[in-house]
Amino acid sequence: MSVDLAARKLGLRPGTPVAKAQALYPDLVLMDADPEDDRLGLEKLALWFQHRIAPIVAVDAPDGLVLDTTGADHLHGGELPMLKDMVHRMAGAGFRAKAVVAETWGAAHAIARYGRVPIAVVQAGDASKALADLPLEALRLPPTIIEGLATLGVSRIGPLAAMPRAPLALRFGPDIARRLDQAFGRIGEAILPVRPVDPVEVSRNFAEPIGAAETIARYIGKLVPLLCQGLDERGQGVRRLDLLLHRVDSRTEAIRVATAMPVRDVKRLTRLLCEKIETINPGFGIERMVLIASQAEPMDRRQTVSSLIAEEETDVSDLVDTLANRVGMQALYRFAPVESDLPERSFCRVPALAPEETKDWPDHWPRPTRLLARPEPVQAMAELPDQPPLFFIWRGVRRKVKCADGPERVFGEWWKNDAELTIDRDYFRVEDTSGERFWLYRAGDGEHGETGSQGWFLHGIFG
Amino acid sequence: MTAEIHKKPGLETLRAAISRLEGHSDRRRTVLPFGVREIDSRLPGGGLALGALHEVAGGGNDALHSAAAGQFCAGIAARTRGKVLWIVTRQDVFAPSLKQVGLSARRTIFVEASSDVDVLACFEEGLRHGGLGAVVAEVARLSMTASRRLQLAAETSGSLGIAIRRWRRQTDAADFGQPTASVTRWRVSVLPSVPLPVPGVGRPRWLLELIRARAGECADFEVEACDAKGRLAPCIPVADRLALPATLGDRPDQETTWTRRARA
Repeated sequence: MSVDLAARKLGLRPGTPVAKAQALYPDLVLMDADPEDDRLGLEKLALWFQHRIAPIVAVDAPDGLVLDTTGADHLHGGELPMLKDMVHRMAGAGFRAKAVVAETWGAAHAIARYGRVPIAVVQAGDASKALADLPLEALRLPPTIIEGLATLGVSRIGPLAAMPRAPLALRFGPDIARRLDQAFGRIGEAILPVRPVDPVEVSRNFAEPIGAAETIARYIGKLVPLLCQGLDERGQGVRRLDLLLHRVDSRTEAIRVATAMPVRDVKRLTRLLCEKIETINPGFGIERMVLIASQAEPMDRRQTVSSLIAEEETDVSDLVDTLANRVGMQALYRFAPVESDLPERSFCRVPALAPEETKDWPDHWPRPTRLLARPEPVQAMAELPDQPPLFFIWRGVRRKVKCADGPERVFGEWWKNDAELTIDRDYFRVEDTSGERFWLYRAGDGEHGETGSQGWFLHGIFG
Repeated sequence: MTAEIHKKPGLETLRAAISRLEGHSDRRRTVLPFGVREIDSRLPGGGLALGALHEVAGGGNDALHSAAAGQFCAGIAARTRGKVLWIVTRQDVFAPSLKQVGLSARRTIFVEASSDVDVLACFEEGLRHGGLGAVVAEVARLSMTASRRLQLAAETSGSLGIAIRRWRRQTDAADFGQPTASVTRWRVSVLPSVPLPVPGVGRPRWLLELIRARAGECADFEVEACDAKGRLAPCIPVADRLALPATLGDRPDQETTWTRRARA
């Protein structure tokens, strides 16, 4: 894909086969291309340019940026000094960059990549002359069209621009005409600027370092309203909140709280943060506190239902947040039905505030209150093929069965697992002479050996 | 039951005076009735007090499994309104069974705490919130101090708090004798189910022991376990049942269950 300066001096070019390059230079360093990472890097760079040079900056994938510097160049002493400054700064960061100012995005794109000089200012009206001698690749056309044009013997922009449009459009589609017009400024092309995603952030410096928990709590109480005001202006609520405490010995303590839904409530956020104060080690004191809404989401005000008609359900999301920050988000859940006859697969855990499911468990048969995590083998005696056991021994206690319901036959889920093709279980609800009720099953149908071991297991306890 | 209270105006005024001295006179004390006259008449106020902490433990082997105790609490929680918080340390609740006593899985939020300390902290947090129908927590040890905190939290918010006392060893169950600040204390033991004229297991029955009730008396009740709406039913002696063969048919949900089962 790409080679650095040292490799270029050795005679390697993009497009050289890897095997050949390695044969020539065995200690060559090869790295896989990471387009996603490149794009993120470019976006970061775009934000930096937006901060320093001009407000409208966009990523010109895969390897460039486009800036609309109209009205911004005078701040940097004119167009040429601005370009020199940009290239110089990029060189300082370890990049070789080319910069061109032209009338249009298309022209600047072409000249920056295929022009002879690294820094150029193309005056208005000179663009067509500068473009005429450049290869077709400069026009941002798809490779298939470039190949097709090459078979026609066209390899430069000048001759292409002079050709009649209609046959080209007929053969290659509208792209050629559009790109030519964009390059020559006959039709406009909008630049969609990158958006700054800087989080809402408030901070406070202290003249004297602070350390007491009460003091920290007091300043949290002062920072949170400012943050909420900032969030309110953007119409956002916080999902993740970071409090950074810079200590005098230049170490940083951090508290992070997360919420299940976007929150902008001063009291709730203050409370969530204050509960974590005990985890802070203030050391010799804290000289700066920064509160950052590191993850924010849009939050709309919702109209509440008039209490005349619908009974309003109390919002418990604040409680869920408080508990989740104490025991962890994964320890807070609801059970949701799963369509499976096997008891241990018939439920799953969903987040506490997940949208309510419409399915429910069937209630043909009573289900035990407690389901053992692992069915426990018991010794039992039962008449074959499908009578309940007469007695069973569980955890060393022999229990005589007085009455029983069953069998409820559950088949293995062969569509999930080949081994379950022939498996089945016969569930019985039994009551012993003392009145205790259990859920037993036999692994197998009591007739065919391939359906299971025919052993008995205790799977649940009824109330 | 209400008639009985009206018969003793002196006692009522005295109770009101005491409650005023205790500092919660302005709030009307609400209760959640069981709907079984024998039980409700024994409880002060005519039902399980809301804004209070109650303790439930299983009797016999159920002290370890809390299957009957859990079902009993689920039945109570099912009859409240709003979400239910269920705090455990080891998760073995089978959600379909909660649904069968009327406590929908959509209403029940489980919290899996790592220790008893965390359970109590979450329990108190849940009670303090006030927006929940009931808060159920499975704890082994419940000290006087901890229970008083929970009781105060429940009193201030008006939430119903139920502590299921569940121990890991049978010997630890003696802990249930220690005093706590809870308003009532129950022990639920399984009894042989209602005999059926056909082979099979009938409706489960429990022995409910009201071991302690603040401003009330201890009592034992034999009840039929929670139905699909979480309601208990008084036990009808076998003799009466034989005399009235239509008892089963009287209860519509039982009937539908049977027809459903017959079809299944």
